[in-house]
Amino acid sequence: MKLRLATLATAVLLGLAPVAHAGEAAPLAADPAVEARMISISEELRCLVCQNESLAASHAELAEDLRREVRSLIRDGKSDAEIRDYLVSRYGDFVLYRPPVKPTTWLLWFGPFLILAGAIIGLIAYLRRRAGQITPPTLSAADRAAAEALLAGDSKPTQPKDQA
Amino acid sequence: MKRFLIPLGLFLVLVVFLAIGLNRDPHEVPSPLVGKPAPDFKLAQLAEPGKTFSPADMRGQVWLLNVWASWCVSCRAEHPLLVAFARQGGLPIVGLNYKEVRGDGETDVKKLAADEESTLTRQRASAWLSQHGNPYVLSALDMDGRVGIDYGVYGVPETYLIDKKGVIRYKQIGPITPEALEKKILPLAKQLAGES
Repeated sequence: MKLRLATLATAVLLGLAPVAHAGEAAPLAADPAVEARMISISEELRCLVCQNESLAASHAELAEDLRREVRSLIRDGKSDAEIRDYLVSRYGDFVLYRPPVKPTTWLLWFGPFLILAGAIIGLIAYLRRRAGQITPPTLSAADRAAAEALLAGDSKPTQPKDQA
Repeated sequence: MKRFLIPLGLFLVLVVFLAIGLNRDPHEVPSPLVGKPAPDFKLAQLAEPGKTFSPADMRGQVWLLNVWASWCVSCRAEHPLLVAFARQGGLPIVGLNYKEVRGDGETDVKKLAADEESTLTRQRASAWLSQHGNPYVLSALDMDGRVGIDYGVYGVPETYLIDKKGVIRYKQIGPITPEALEKKILPLAKQLAGES
């Protein structure tokens, strides 16, 4: 977010100062629309060098090259999906932070739900079996007498025999 | 006794999964390019500045495309193996010199003119090859790394085994080890040489 703001601010500043750049090639960040789209696409892509960073955040050199590539594809009028396909065809599904749903990733996507369903079934089976096993606790006559003595406020209740 | 078997079983399953997971190198990302035609390119050669190289030039041969750069430390580790392999005449190895100047992280290319970068690339690459030996039939210069992107290069060195029809059949990520050469690359190359 910070990066995006900074980029936009830079882009706006550059846009406001066209005189300063007269005669120079327009810097790539000069087009805020391209830059914003580049960042929104590359935030969803993994940098291959430092794998827990997104392509948008990474300072790796390859990430810089790939961002440049994404910018030029945006300026060529490619759609977001086409740009993602471009990178997937070279680096594989690994570049996507959200892997596509396809037969090889079914286990990845639906595995957790499968485990959850298994756990729920197991829990239900366990609870049913347990309900059949539990018998309501019975109060022996001695316990009842002790409890009643306690309730009546007797300071020296008779100790129930089965207490450890 | 039976009630301990279930958690024990689950634990063992977990151990197996973790053992597999921990023994995998997360930096080895399987390439989607294996089994696909090698991306086409046309790049200037290192030794003969006037000439270009394109993968189509190797049609009909089984060959290796080795991505290297003089700044790449692992390439230095791999290099003696490549030199020895080339001396045996096993397979033609084409070098793809990857971002020789831009990749070293010290030179700012924006301050260089276009021909200056190419001069510097040739100087550094040739010096490195004459120092460490040249296993390549030729080297092509990928100065801006665009061809590297087409090949899905994300760490140098990387090596591609390409068949007679120009299809990538194997990708070695990182330096070629004697083991990878003996057990994977050579057997596959032998099999590919038999294909028409």
